[in-house]
Amino acid sequence: MLTAILAMTLLALVFGALLGYAATKFRVEDDPVVERIVAILPQTQCAQCGYPGCRPYAEAIAKGEADINQCPPGGEAGIRALAELLDREPKPLSAEHGVEKPKLLAVIDEQTCIGCTLCIQACPVDAIVGAAKQMHTVIEAECTGCELCVAPCPVNCIDMVEVPVTVRNWKWPEPEKWLSPMKDAANG
Amino acid sequence: MAERLHRFRGGLELPGMKEAATASPIRVMPPPKRIVLPLSQHIGEPAKPRVAPGERVLRGQMVAAAEGVISAAIHASTSGTVVAIEDHLVPHPSGLAAPCIIIDADGRDEAIEPVPLSDWENRDAGEIRERVRDAGIVGLGGAAFPSWIKLSGNRDQPLDTLILNGAECEPCISCDDMLMRERADEVISGARIMLRALHARHCLVAVEDNKPEAAEALQAALAKFADPRIELVIVPSRYPQGGERQLIETLTGREVPHDGLPLDIGIVCHNVATAAAVHRAVVHGEPLTSRIVTVTGGGVAEPCNVEARIGTRMSELIAFCGGYRGDVARLIMGGPMMGFTLRSDDAPVIKASNCLLAGTAEEFAPRRETLPCIRCGACADACPASLLPQMLYWHTRARDFERVQEYDLFDCIECGSCDLVCPSQIPLVSHFRYAKTEIWGKNEERAKADNARRRHEARQARLEREAREQEEKRRRKLEALEKMKSGDAKKAEIAAALERAQKRKEERS
Repeated sequence: MLTAILAMTLLALVFGALLGYAATKFRVEDDPVVERIVAILPQTQCAQCGYPGCRPYAEAIAKGEADINQCPPGGEAGIRALAELLDREPKPLSAEHGVEKPKLLAVIDEQTCIGCTLCIQACPVDAIVGAAKQMHTVIEAECTGCELCVAPCPVNCIDMVEVPVTVRNWKWPEPEKWLSPMKDAANG
Repeated sequence: MAERLHRFRGGLELPGMKEAATASPIRVMPPPKRIVLPLSQHIGEPAKPRVAPGERVLRGQMVAAAEGVISAAIHASTSGTVVAIEDHLVPHPSGLAAPCIIIDADGRDEAIEPVPLSDWENRDAGEIRERVRDAGIVGLGGAAFPSWIKLSGNRDQPLDTLILNGAECEPCISCDDMLMRERADEVISGARIMLRALHARHCLVAVEDNKPEAAEALQAALAKFADPRIELVIVPSRYPQGGERQLIETLTGREVPHDGLPLDIGIVCHNVATAAAVHRAVVHGEPLTSRIVTVTGGGVAEPCNVEARIGTRMSELIAFCGGYRGDVARLIMGGPMMGFTLRSDDAPVIKASNCLLAGTAEEFAPRRETLPCIRCGACADACPASLLPQMLYWHTRARDFERVQEYDLFDCIECGSCDLVCPSQIPLVSHFRYAKTEIWGKNEERAKADNARRRHEARQARLEREAREQEEKRRRKLEALEKMKSGDAKKAEIAAALERAQKRKEERS
């Protein structure tokens, strides 16, 4: 009887010590939920959600301070992914934060640009190159289409254009949509 | 070797519909007045132009060089003047324009001095590969993958078999059939060169049993070369016998791993027309500037096989075959199963153009209305890739692209067998193509987002560092000022002491 109690106590102590050690030794510093939310957000860094970037918004969602429907670039698909990750009901995009738009690209009219560097300071991903009193231009491949450079420009020389469809990024349309023009033609 | 043939799973018995175009020999089309050479005719990066508008070029001259590892060079297909490098309609399902080199022919068709590699039997494998690469040769079966890469073999595993694919299983297409009938010597010679480049032990030339003339011609060519390493194998006509994985299974009974390449099981597969092009590039020193195109369908006056210059516009190709006949409903590049509709006949013949099909309204009855899937499983029985098309369709409809990938969407070879057997006329392959491009687009978006995140984080870090440095600077300045002030105080003290001393002196005196 005594041996059994002693053995159990000993085991409990050993495992307790082991668990305690593991808890401090292998402690996870970062909040994994935040990382997973960040992985879903489109990283446009447009701040339309009301937070100064995608990570702060992800942290706010994780803390429960922000709702999951405040990211217009992520759109409906993004909201659905967040809802699934956090096990919540998906909801429509909050209208006060903006509307879902096709992906855009900033283009600087280099004839008009006065080289004021304000857009360079505004760009969250350093996608604009140029120097004071020198012409600026957008690195197409790095632009996230956040529109943050449009407002600061004093000469209104930045346009947001839709990303052009080329042979390389063209996508097959969904079949129903593909067939409908023919159907319409047959009916009309 | 291939004593016993095996059978691949699924597939269909399809009518050949090749008689119309095989009745007459290959017709060689003279170079047209205008040549349009798209910079992207192959899988991989587009070629980079090496000529400028106004420059005179000769047939066989490289006008665009391979860019990056997976790419292919492009050569002028006749002599003339480069008039522009600009967007022109290309044969692509999107019907969009893409950058092309446009050449106005001068009618003289002068070629550059050919440099044959005639003693190739003593040359290094690397030299042969280099030659194939510089000749701009890509897989001529339709996939247009740069061929020299597929001649590189595998360092870890010795290569066992080279398969020359002459199955040509798709209805209507007969360009490989005619090539084998008329130029069997070129095919076998190409096979020998490829064997040398690959260090492969033997070669199987596979031909479907509905092409007896081609088989006979190949047999005669084999007798002439008397190369014991090369063997002709007649395979049953069953669609899609010409699919690389299906043909390998028929010949060897082995399956290529779904996430691997034929190379992983010691096999490399090339099209017979690619072998002939390799022969021409090595033995005659001619780059790839023409190909055989099957021009057929009820909408063409004289269906036949044409050896056309790359860059010839489809409209001129049709005109060479007697023009359109009757009511042409659709113009298709490729065959009726795997081809795609062309928006206009202004698009040029490219290296991948094996067939141009002008179908009349009777041949292409408009698709009947799609009915709901009844889960009969006929598509799964027909699928040669052992997929479950009904499940792929289901998840594609729900846009659940993760599940679609779990059901191995990317193993789909888009052969169209499931489409054909579906009793509800569901355009399954169209759904799968949609899902594939959608997933590629999403992956690209994800990669871009990750990049944007990294750049944003780097920027945040930089801004913080700059702010810190600014702060540091200000602090130091403040300290210095403080010091300076304290320095002034000492001076004042000294001055005060001096003053006091002076006063005392004055009092004493």
